[in-house]
Amino acid sequence: MTEARPVVEGANHTVAAADGYEPVIGLEIHVQLSTRTKMFCGCEIRFGERPNTHTCPVCLGLPGALPVVNERAVIFAAMIGLAFGSDVARRSLFHRKNYFYPDSPKGYQISQYDEPLCRGGRLGDVRIHRVHLEEDAAKLEHISASGRIHGSERSVVDFNRCGTPLVEIVTEPDLRTPEQAREWLTLLRATLRALGVSDVDMSQGSLRVDANVSVRRAGSRELGTKTELKNMNSFRFLERGLRAEIDRQLGVVRAGLTVEQETLHFDPASGRLTTLRSKEEAHDYRYFPEPDLMPLEVGDELLQAARSAIPELPAQRAARFEHDLGLSAGRARELAFRGELGDYFERVVAAADAAPAPELANWIPLLVERIGSDTDPAGSRVAPEGLAALAAMVSRRELSRDAARTVLSRMVEIGGDPSSLAEREGLLALPGGDGQLAELVERAIAQDPGAAEQVRANNMKAIGPLVGYVMRETKGRADGGEVRRLILERLAPH
Amino acid sequence: MTAALVQLTAAQAGARVRARELDPRELFEAYRQRAATDELNAFTWVAEAPAAAGPSPADAPLGGVPVAVKDLFCTEGVPSQAGSRILEGYRPPYSATVVERLTRAGAPLLGKTNQDEFAMGSSTENSGFGPARNPWDRARVPGGSSGGSAAAVAAGLAPWAIGTDTGGSIRQPAALCGVVGFKPTYGACSRYGMIAFASSLDQAGPLTRDVTDAALLFGQMVGRDPRDSTSLKFPEPVRLPHADSLRGFRLGIPEELTGTEGGVEPGVRDAFDRSLELAEKLGAAIEPCRLPHAPHALSAYYLIAPAEASANLARFDGVRYGLRVDGEADLLTMYSRTRAAGFGLEVKRRIMLGTYALSSGYYEAYYGTAQKVRTRIAQDLHAVFERFDLIATPTSPWTAFELGAKLGDPLQMYLNDFCTVPMSLAGIPAISIPCGLSDGLPVGFQLAGPAFSENRLFEAAFALERAIGYDGSPARG
Repeated sequence: MTEARPVVEGANHTVAAADGYEPVIGLEIHVQLSTRTKMFCGCEIRFGERPNTHTCPVCLGLPGALPVVNERAVIFAAMIGLAFGSDVARRSLFHRKNYFYPDSPKGYQISQYDEPLCRGGRLGDVRIHRVHLEEDAAKLEHISASGRIHGSERSVVDFNRCGTPLVEIVTEPDLRTPEQAREWLTLLRATLRALGVSDVDMSQGSLRVDANVSVRRAGSRELGTKTELKNMNSFRFLERGLRAEIDRQLGVVRAGLTVEQETLHFDPASGRLTTLRSKEEAHDYRYFPEPDLMPLEVGDELLQAARSAIPELPAQRAARFEHDLGLSAGRARELAFRGELGDYFERVVAAADAAPAPELANWIPLLVERIGSDTDPAGSRVAPEGLAALAAMVSRRELSRDAARTVLSRMVEIGGDPSSLAEREGLLALPGGDGQLAELVERAIAQDPGAAEQVRANNMKAIGPLVGYVMRETKGRADGGEVRRLILERLAPH
Repeated sequence: MTAALVQLTAAQAGARVRARELDPRELFEAYRQRAATDELNAFTWVAEAPAAAGPSPADAPLGGVPVAVKDLFCTEGVPSQAGSRILEGYRPPYSATVVERLTRAGAPLLGKTNQDEFAMGSSTENSGFGPARNPWDRARVPGGSSGGSAAAVAAGLAPWAIGTDTGGSIRQPAALCGVVGFKPTYGACSRYGMIAFASSLDQAGPLTRDVTDAALLFGQMVGRDPRDSTSLKFPEPVRLPHADSLRGFRLGIPEELTGTEGGVEPGVRDAFDRSLELAEKLGAAIEPCRLPHAPHALSAYYLIAPAEASANLARFDGVRYGLRVDGEADLLTMYSRTRAAGFGLEVKRRIMLGTYALSSGYYEAYYGTAQKVRTRIAQDLHAVFERFDLIATPTSPWTAFELGAKLGDPLQMYLNDFCTVPMSLAGIPAISIPCGLSDGLPVGFQLAGPAFSENRLFEAAFALERAIGYDGSPARG
């Protein structure tokens, strides 16, 4: 660990800087597969249990133990490749990647090297370079007051995680901004979740992201020297880490210096980037074909099993929401990229008779706001039929928008059907024709003659306080549009 | 009684147990006592009694005849050190598949045998626990790396034994000790639980007094193991050999592996030639043949095997088991001190060689080229087996040499494998049988055939063995 560099505060975070530099970002994503057992042995994959309770001679790297490929992991990896439209190789190879570290019990990791399982393909706007299978390392804990390696009194190893199947996804350098990287990762996560091949939980380490970052003159086709940013464990840290590194590199090239190839770590707490390894310290992993395993053959049967296990994917679903149901592109992605929201929304659409789908879609974020963004709405008290009924009441003008939001809050709290809730709470819309609204309009004008005068003089901004008065008096039950119409009718008769 | 008992071959002893004519406990005890008073340093550990588990010997195919097992086979709860100080006292929590199979077939574990450290050597002098001795002359080596197994069988300290062969490690010690040694087709026996030297070459096999014992023991070792992805289903049952002639056998004699200009000692060549004459009398058609790439086999082998070993031995790092020499709070120091203290000179040499051969910038020139040579050698052999059923060579270019004679010259030591390495690289089966003496020391005759030709190989070796009429009893005195 060498010196830390402070992040340049308040620097320019936009795509191509004014002086014509553009960042280029490629990602390397490690995904833990949610198979029942490990990549090369029969140990069950369990987290959060007592250390070293899910181990065997194979995943402990005992003398004489040999790996056997988990076919389920191969199917999962093939599903990921097929979802990207990659070429799934009928024959690929496992290699040994040699390095000494206590988290690597054999002294090498079994990984894929120059003949990976999948090549090519794309997800969204980003081309996929390759997808390959490997095994996870054990977990090291450093026991010391500071929690840092340096100065720690001792380190202990937990092999429960060791040998968990990992898929490494490498993108082409097609991303240009930290925001774009974050959004693309959201799509990737939704896709992997829809495939059901991983928990894709960054905080638990089942999705880990490294980024390759470089800067170049906008329009140049050559890539600048890249640095590798290691293991950012949340979408927010990823975005911040990328920003910090892009700013650092822009600073370097603007000062007329050259970026050095190195591996960096971003510390979200301090916002600092630290060098993990310089180019000179780069490992020679001495890859060679794993002699304990035969070449990985993917037959028709396995490929068919993988293909038939692929459901509709988020990108396809977003396109369907947009083109078939008329949602805005943004709303379509918002619902499709969180599978459980998309599922819930489809149930609402199925239950609705009158309200148009875009109208129904607008209610989902309002519901999410009330139940919390981590909760699956299907587990809330609000049944899809209830939400559909609520939307229908609004479109039939039986309930004002404001009142409907109040009803929704009550539904989240106690459940139940919106029309009886609205009635019980006295929130049903006041119909414009029954004279009660007209009377309130009269009172509003009497209350604020100044505003009334301005509306007469065609200053429409002044209508706000008048509408507001009526809405307050009716506790939001009045239909704002109707109130506005009545005020104008009264003050500006044509 | 004991003396008479140990004169029996394993098959004979097993047959008597199965016929209820011999008490298997008596048989075990006779060998246990001999093994426990071993003066050859052939054993690194000897059992107190047959393990409680296991079938009733009289109903088991191997009849309760105890087996000596090379140290590098993991045996549950029993020291399994692969001849290395880095694993001193290591008792694994599981047994190798081959050992389990033999136990289930009624061959209880007699003891663990000495070997060159991690099977790297041709004399058993590289053992971390002192060299084993040759029963024909204790000033001489028993060969290696399965030298302890070969010496134990030759001296009648064990009825039979298993070893492993990577480039000749069963066949060469069998030749130097005057016993039968058989290396099966790669994949025929599971490697699960064998402490690895070079994964693409290692193969378990029997060391026995005669060919029948080899076929009998091999028949219980063989078979696909779901825990070893490189193991294969043996295509036919393994049969005990009965042939009394070699009629119909076409025998090729590769010029490259038999000439005295290639380093084969004249005495060895003479014994080999006499056996060929016998083979001809038994009806074999004998003709010279060519293996043009065979002279390069040793070079390829000494790149591929150390490359694989450099990775296979990385796990001995002091973290989880075996020796640890602590560094001052520094991981790298702990690693280097542990490995410096735990590994012997030859192991270190091969780790260095292998690491170098795999290094970026050298990989293609060394490891890549070696793999191409390996392919060529396999193609040469394949072509020869279009015309011949089997090929024959001396097993080792020379007879047992004196301790220390080749220790200072690794290249001389590596030449021990000159005739055995091509078969290892091609993954084909080969057997060494004793074919007489040269200056009072045994000479080995090697027969090799195409993959899975084991039954044919046993038949030919059996017929020839009877014609040779070799008597190994001097070593069992």
